[in-house]
Amino acid sequence: MTTETNPAVQFTPERLVKAQEIIARYPAGKQKSALLPLLHLLQEQEGWTSPEGMDYVARMLDIQPIEVYEVATFYTMYHINPVGKHVIEYCRTGPCCLMGGEEVYDHLKQRLGIDTGQTTVDGQFTLKEVECLAACGMGPVFQVREKYYMHLTNERVDEIIDELSK
Amino acid sequence: MATKILTEHINVPGIETFDVYRKQGGYTAVEKALKTMTPEAIVEEVKKAGVRGRGGAGFPMGMKWSFLAKPEGVPRYLVCNADESEPGTFKDHYLMKNIPHLLIEGMIVSSFALGANKSFIYVRGELMYVINILEKAIAEAKAKGFLGKNILGTGYDLELVVQPGGGAYICGEETALLESLEGKRGNPRNKPPFPAVKGLYQSPTVVNNVESIATAAWIVNNGGDAYAAVGIGRSTGTKLISASGHIRKPGVYEIELGLPVEDFLYADEWCGGIRPGHKFKALVAGGSSVPILPANLALTLANGEKRLMSYESLSDGGFATGTMLGSGGFIVFDETSCIVRNTWNFSRFYHHESCGQCSPCREGTGWMEKVLHRIEYGHGHQQDIDLLVDVAKKIEGNTICPLGDAAAWPVASAIRHFRDEFQWHIDNPSEATKPGAVYKGEMALV
Amino acid sequence: MIDLRLLSRTTIYMEDVKPQLLKVTIDGIEVEVEPGTTILQAARKIGPEVAPPAMCYYQPLKASGGKCRACLVRVAAGSAKDPRPMPKLVASCLTAVQDGMIVENTTNPQVIDARNGIVEFLLLNHPLDCPVCDQAGECDLQNFAFDHGKVTTRYEEERRTFEKQDIGPYIQLHMTRCILCYRCVFTADQITNKRVHGVLGRGDASEIGTYIEKAIDNDFSGNVIDVCPVGALTDKTYRFKNRVWFSKPVDAHRDCPTCSGNVTLWYRGEDVIRVTARKNEWNEVTEFICNTCRFEKKKTSDWTIEGPTKISRSSVISANKYRADTVKPAFGQRLAAAEYKAIHDERDTSQLGIQQLAPERFAKVLPSALDPEP
Repeated sequence: MTTETNPAVQFTPERLVKAQEIIARYPAGKQKSALLPLLHLLQEQEGWTSPEGMDYVARMLDIQPIEVYEVATFYTMYHINPVGKHVIEYCRTGPCCLMGGEEVYDHLKQRLGIDTGQTTVDGQFTLKEVECLAACGMGPVFQVREKYYMHLTNERVDEIIDELSK
Repeated sequence: MATKILTEHINVPGIETFDVYRKQGGYTAVEKALKTMTPEAIVEEVKKAGVRGRGGAGFPMGMKWSFLAKPEGVPRYLVCNADESEPGTFKDHYLMKNIPHLLIEGMIVSSFALGANKSFIYVRGELMYVINILEKAIAEAKAKGFLGKNILGTGYDLELVVQPGGGAYICGEETALLESLEGKRGNPRNKPPFPAVKGLYQSPTVVNNVESIATAAWIVNNGGDAYAAVGIGRSTGTKLISASGHIRKPGVYEIELGLPVEDFLYADEWCGGIRPGHKFKALVAGGSSVPILPANLALTLANGEKRLMSYESLSDGGFATGTMLGSGGFIVFDETSCIVRNTWNFSRFYHHESCGQCSPCREGTGWMEKVLHRIEYGHGHQQDIDLLVDVAKKIEGNTICPLGDAAAWPVASAIRHFRDEFQWHIDNPSEATKPGAVYKGEMALV
Repeated sequence: MIDLRLLSRTTIYMEDVKPQLLKVTIDGIEVEVEPGTTILQAARKIGPEVAPPAMCYYQPLKASGGKCRACLVRVAAGSAKDPRPMPKLVASCLTAVQDGMIVENTTNPQVIDARNGIVEFLLLNHPLDCPVCDQAGECDLQNFAFDHGKVTTRYEEERRTFEKQDIGPYIQLHMTRCILCYRCVFTADQITNKRVHGVLGRGDASEIGTYIEKAIDNDFSGNVIDVCPVGALTDKTYRFKNRVWFSKPVDAHRDCPTCSGNVTLWYRGEDVIRVTARKNEWNEVTEFICNTCRFEKKKTSDWTIEGPTKISRSSVISANKYRADTVKPAFGQRLAAAEYKAIHDERDTSQLGIQQLAPERFAKVLPSALDPEP
C-alpha cells in the first residue's frame, strides 16, 4: 500500500450507525452508491472532505481512494479545502441577478470584507459562488449549510450575518 | 376554476403530514392500484393520459414506461429525477417541500406499474432540507403500511431510497444521474443502450421527473381519459410553471396547458404582469436552455395568433420565431435587462456545469463564455458575433448529451433576436460598460 | 503448428452459428461485416482512406470511445429496413452497423465541418509545442489536425496550463497537452490491479492526476505512455533524446517472466534509445508490456531481434507523410474524382466484399453532399 492512512479521521458512533444504514440501502455489491451520501456525512462532521477523510470513506466502501477523489472534485458541494465555520453559498445565475442579486452580493462581500472563495480572518465565514439553487422566484438567494435564505436585500443580509455571528 | 391536478391541496395546513394528506384523499391511488389494477392496466392509463415528461424533454411518459425491458430474474428500477437545476425552474422544489406525500404516492403506483421493488428519488444535494422532509414522509408512509414489505397485504414490496446529489446540473441528464447514483462522477453515458434496457446497475430502469411521477396518482384515481381531457391537443393535463424575473408575482403556478402566454403573464391569478412602471422586453419560456424570445414573439405567433402555453404552440415557428416549453422555467425580462449580460451569465452557467467528458462541450462552452465576457466588458471584436454563432453551431448536436445543445441555444437565439444589442456593445464599449447601461435602440417592447 | 482442438471448435462454430453478415456502405464503398461491428471498425476494414480518425477510442480498451467526437459520421440511411437518415451525426466508434446502412464519412461536408470544429476545440487549450514535444511525429492529434484542421485559430484567450508533474521515476505527466481521452485511466483500470490516477475536477478544469502526489507504481504502469494519443504522458528515460523520425524501429523479444516480451526497440545509431509495445496500423498497442522490458532493458544483448518493424501508416517515419502534395484535395475535387477503387482479392472475397458502385447508386448515396443543407 502506498496510501498513507490517517486513523485520526473516523465517524462518531452515531454517524457510524448512520453510515452503515446508508450502505445497507443498496443492493449487495453496489455499496459504492453510498459514496455521495457518505461524503456529505463526512463534510457535516469535519467541515470539509479532507484527504484523510476521503481515504477513510474509501476503506469503508472497499474502493480505491482515487475513486473518491474523482467524485469529490467533480461535485461542487464538497469542500476539498478547509472552510470557515459558516459557508455562505450565493446563487449567481440569471434569475437571481434579475432580482438584484449582483448588488446584494456586492454588499455581502463588503460586509464580510472578503471576496468569493475567501474566508474571513476569524475563520467565521467562507464565501462561495454557486450556480442556480432552484429558488429563482424567491431570489436573490443564498444557502448556509441546509438553510436557504431567500428574498435577500442588503438589510436582510446584515441581519443574517449578525445572527450567524452570535 | 382551472383544474388543479397536483396543487389542489397544497395550501391545506399540515398537508406535509401523512394524516392530513390522507384526510384529503391521499393514498387512495395506492389502494386502488395495488388492490384492483394490474401493472399493465396502469401503464395503459398513463399512456391514454398522454402525459409528457415534465423534466424538459417532453417525451411521453407512458411510451417511456412501455419501452422498459423485462428480462426474467433481473430487477427493474424506477428513479425519480429530482435534480432540478435548470435556471428558472423551481417547481419540484416547491412540490416536494410542500406536499411530499404526493410524490411518494406517485412513486408507489409507478413502481408497482413498472414492477420495481426498490426505487430511488435522486434529489439535488443542495436541497438537504427537502431530503429530510421526504425521508420523514417515507417513514410515516412505511409506518402506515404503504411502503415496505407486503404493502396493504397485497404481497407487493417496495423500498424507497432518497439519494442526495453532490452539486452538478449535469446529473439532471438521466444517464449522468444514474452514474451519480452508482457513486461515480456525473458523466452522461453514451446511448444506446438506453436506461430502459441498461440503466441503474445495468438493469432496466425508468427515470422520470418529480412532476411526471406525481401525476400518476391522479391518473390512477381518475383515469387516463380524464387527464387527457385537460389541456390542449397533444399537450394534455396541467403543468407547473416556475415564474421568475421582472413580474409582480413570482412563484410556482399550476396551469392547464393551452393557456395563452398573455393571460399567464398579465392576469392577477398568475404572474400579475410586469413589475409596475416597466415594459416587457423578452421571455425565456422553459428554463435557461430554451431559446429566448422578444416580447412580441413571446405573446404571438408569427401568423399573429396568440401564443399558448403548450408544447406545440411554444415551439411554433421552430427556432426562427419559436422556443420550447422545456421544464417550464418562465423567466421574464423587462426593458432594464441587458440581453448580452444575461446571455453571458447563462453561458457561464453551462461552462461551469459542463462535465468535461466530450470535447465540443468541454472546450466550446468555455470559449463562448469568454467571448461573451469580452463583449459585455467592452472588448468585443466585430467578428465576435459570427464567431459565437459558429461555435454554437459546432457544439450543437455533436455532443454526448443534450447539455451541448442547452449551452448553444441560448447564445444562438439571443443573437438571432437581439443582434443589434450585441453590435451596440461592440461599437460603443465605453457607453455599454457604464453601470446599468442598457441598449435603448429599436425593439418591440410591450 | 495447428492446434487441432481449436480447428475443430472453429468448424463447429462455422457450421452451427455462422453469423449473417451485414452489408454497409461507407463513402460509396460496400463492405460486409459481422453483427455488432461498429461503423468505425467496418470503415477500418475497408482501409485507411475511409477510416474515421479516433482520438479517444482504443480497440484494446473496453469502454473507450465516444468522448473526443473526432470520428463523427453521417448516417444517410439507418438500415435497409428503415432507410431514414439519423438526425444527428453519430460517433462511429460506438454506433453498430445495421444491414443496408449507408454512411458518409469524408464525402459529407457536414462531417468535414464538424471535424474542423473538433480539431479547433481540441487545439483550443493545447500548447502547440510540437517542436519540443517528444510525441511529435507520432502524435494522433498532430495527424488529426493535419488531416482535418485549419491553419489558423480563432481563439485569442489565455490557454489553460498546468505544471509538469512526475508520477513515479519513469513517467512524466504534462497535463497542458492532455485532451482528456480517458485512455490512460481505462488502461490503469483494465491492466493493473490498482488504479491510483484518474480524472479530477470538472469541465474544462478537468485534469488527469493522483490528487495527493503519488507515484503510479506497478509493473505495467508504463503502458499509459503508449496509449496516450498526445504528448501528455511521456517516457522520462527517453525525454529530449531524439526525434522519432531519426530513429529506426526494430521488432524484438525476450523471455520475460512478467509479460509477453514482444516489443519494438527504437534505435538511434547503435543505441536502443527507447522500448515500446508493438502497435498495429491504427496505432493501437497489440500486447501490453511490463516496465522492466520498457525501461530497464536497453541493450541489444537483452533482446532477440526479429527484424525491422512494419511502419505504421500514421508514423512520420513512413515516407513523405507530411509532404505538401499529400494534402487531401478539397471535398469537391474528391467527389469529382470519385477515386474509389474496387479491391479484387481472390483469396478473401467473401469477407471483404468491396465493389465499385454504379454511378447512379453513388449519387443516391450522397444526397447531402450534392445538395448541402441550408
